[in-house]
Amino acid sequence: MKKILVLMLATLLTATVALAQTTLTVGVFEPHKTHVDAVLPQFLANHPGVTVEVRQLSFGDHHDLLVTNLATGSGAADVVVLEIGFIARFVAEGGLRDLSEPPFNADQYADQFVGYAWRQGRTADGRQIAMPTDIAPGTMYYRRDHLEATGWDIEDVVASMDSYLEWGRELKERGVFLVANASTVADGLVRANIPAGDGIYFNAAGEPQLNSERFLTAARVAKAIRDEGLDAEIGAWSNEWFEAFRQGTTATEMSGVWLLGHFRNWMAPDTSGLWGASRFPGDLLVSWGGSYWAIPNQTPADKLDLAWDFIRFLTTTPEVQLDAYRNIDAFPAMPVTYDDPMFAEPLEFLAGQQARLMWATVAEQIPGVAVFPGDVIAGEIWSSALSEILNEGRDIHAALEEAQSLIVRRIRR
Amino acid sequence: MAQSASAAASPRLPWSTRLDKLQRRVAPYLFISPFFILFAIFGLFPIVFSMYLSLQVWNPIQGLGTMRYVGLENYVWLMDDPWFWRSITNTLWIAFASGLPQHLVAIPLAFALSRGIRRFRHPLTAAYFLPFITSAVAIAIVFQTIFGTQFGILNQALMYLANAPWSAWLFGGLADGLPVNWLGRAPNIKPAISILVWWQFFGFNVVLYAAGLATIPRDYYEAAEIDGASVAQSFFHITLPLLRPMIFFAVTLTIIGNLQLFDQPFILTGGTGGTGQAGMTVAMYLYRTAFEWLEMGTAAAISWLLFLLIGTLTLTHFYFFGRSGLETRG
Repeated sequence: MKKILVLMLATLLTATVALAQTTLTVGVFEPHKTHVDAVLPQFLANHPGVTVEVRQLSFGDHHDLLVTNLATGSGAADVVVLEIGFIARFVAEGGLRDLSEPPFNADQYADQFVGYAWRQGRTADGRQIAMPTDIAPGTMYYRRDHLEATGWDIEDVVASMDSYLEWGRELKERGVFLVANASTVADGLVRANIPAGDGIYFNAAGEPQLNSERFLTAARVAKAIRDEGLDAEIGAWSNEWFEAFRQGTTATEMSGVWLLGHFRNWMAPDTSGLWGASRFPGDLLVSWGGSYWAIPNQTPADKLDLAWDFIRFLTTTPEVQLDAYRNIDAFPAMPVTYDDPMFAEPLEFLAGQQARLMWATVAEQIPGVAVFPGDVIAGEIWSSALSEILNEGRDIHAALEEAQSLIVRRIRR
Repeated sequence: MAQSASAAASPRLPWSTRLDKLQRRVAPYLFISPFFILFAIFGLFPIVFSMYLSLQVWNPIQGLGTMRYVGLENYVWLMDDPWFWRSITNTLWIAFASGLPQHLVAIPLAFALSRGIRRFRHPLTAAYFLPFITSAVAIAIVFQTIFGTQFGILNQALMYLANAPWSAWLFGGLADGLPVNWLGRAPNIKPAISILVWWQFFGFNVVLYAAGLATIPRDYYEAAEIDGASVAQSFFHITLPLLRPMIFFAVTLTIIGNLQLFDQPFILTGGTGGTGQAGMTVAMYLYRTAFEWLEMGTAAAISWLLFLLIGTLTLTHFYFFGRSGLETRG
């Protein structure tokens, strides 16, 4: 009996020592490290003997490296961040742990998250492969100075797509573009009014939807904007784009709420107070980005508990979620945080508007959109077809029919 | 081989002699083995593996175990893939539009440098060569700014030329088409890429041709001059014929290099290939198929088809120009 006790004690001691030397590696893209570093002391206080090593890469490099790591089965960090656009690639492809299963049992947290964010981390066969950490309700940023100059009220502008274009025509007379690129409006339109269970590009049965009315309408509206000369024909994330915001030559931009951080920090800091945020024209509910935490299959079994603790700390702790909003403008995926006084703070960059409250309302209303493995290539084919429609005057019907058959070809296996 | 082996094993020779003989025979192979070992790992294996891969369906994220043999399906699929053919057309278009002017400019320029402005020959050659040794990515990023629609320097310059009183008679006709959306409109993307590629590589050809010109004996030019030949005549009747072997070599390099274009179109079109894939080269399509759409088998098949294309064009070039080029040399 005594012998067994000693043995048990020895095992326990070894286990403790092993735990005491654990290093957890965390793979993130910019700017997540800023936030993780800031809240790390709280996590470490409850996990003595653990060291956390954060590896940050640029947005593209991080995801490319992850693909390589998952392909070769080695080298990935124990815990990784994924952007929503990349979730599709990993959904149903394997490579990430199913968090619904023990020891994680993630499904118990389902109710704590914004519904659509939770569902987008889930595969069609019910595996939760990633935990939502931040979301991006779609919003429209607009220039208050142009609004005043034309004598319009923002509610009238966004009343419908038609009124939005009508305002654009008045802006054009003043030499101001309504939007940087008509395709942004189309991208917003295809992300709204998606039937329940469908994805952006595929229906619940996995059939491409590019020749559906949703895409036709989006292309028609974008083409009207282009043909009337209401957009500046500038591609996103180009120097021209930044310059247009600095100089105020475009009046609106549709995006996720995160664009505000970019405006304020580096893209157009001098335009503080000139901007406002509103809902989408026609009151469309759109989700535009978001990040997730996941555990690669290759993470060693003895680190799974720690990795899961870390993910829970970042995703299911309301205070930490609010910190993320403060630190890196990552809009929390937990509705319980929306009651925090922080959401009522007036935003200086938006001329004192309490925009966060509006975004929280939008976030809770956005319906779920399913994610399919073919989303990446389908998105590519859609934007290619759209650019041919807008730039080369291709017939909308013909271009979308061709896009549809291209997707069918691509997802052949 | 068998004989010498049995001789080495012959019991009549002393042990040390046999060892000496053995090391003499083996040592050379040992000395060159590092190359072959490294080549086998980094050269031969990837080639053989990509051949194997082109017959499989494989999504790398699912791990090595998920490869599935499909025979020639990848090749068959590519044969009627619109994007593949578009990328082939783009590649040939850009290769020709950026390749031909390189030589048309480089040859006269090298001639001028060697005959006329000899004082500044070296600094000028160095200046022309500079783009070649600069990172293609850095160059492409700078050109992206140059090609900007609203604030790009190229459009600003064209706009100035079209409106300034002294140049309006020549450039005034452009005014209606300005500002040109260089990287956004499909018809403009290939010219924009070609301009960049031309600018980056013509200096390299100038250096090649300058080296070729240095091998032409001065006597020929002097003799021609005494006979009363003009500079143009000596260029067309002495320089060009004697430069043919070098032209053949330089054009071969251009064909191979231009068909593999990747960095420049990739950066200029933001990695997408631009409107209607107008700027997507085969190498870009290959990269995107492999690493963005995760279809490794199809990507491997593209790489072999690209290899075939380059091989065919190079051999055609050899067939038509190779022999005559060498004959002139002889």
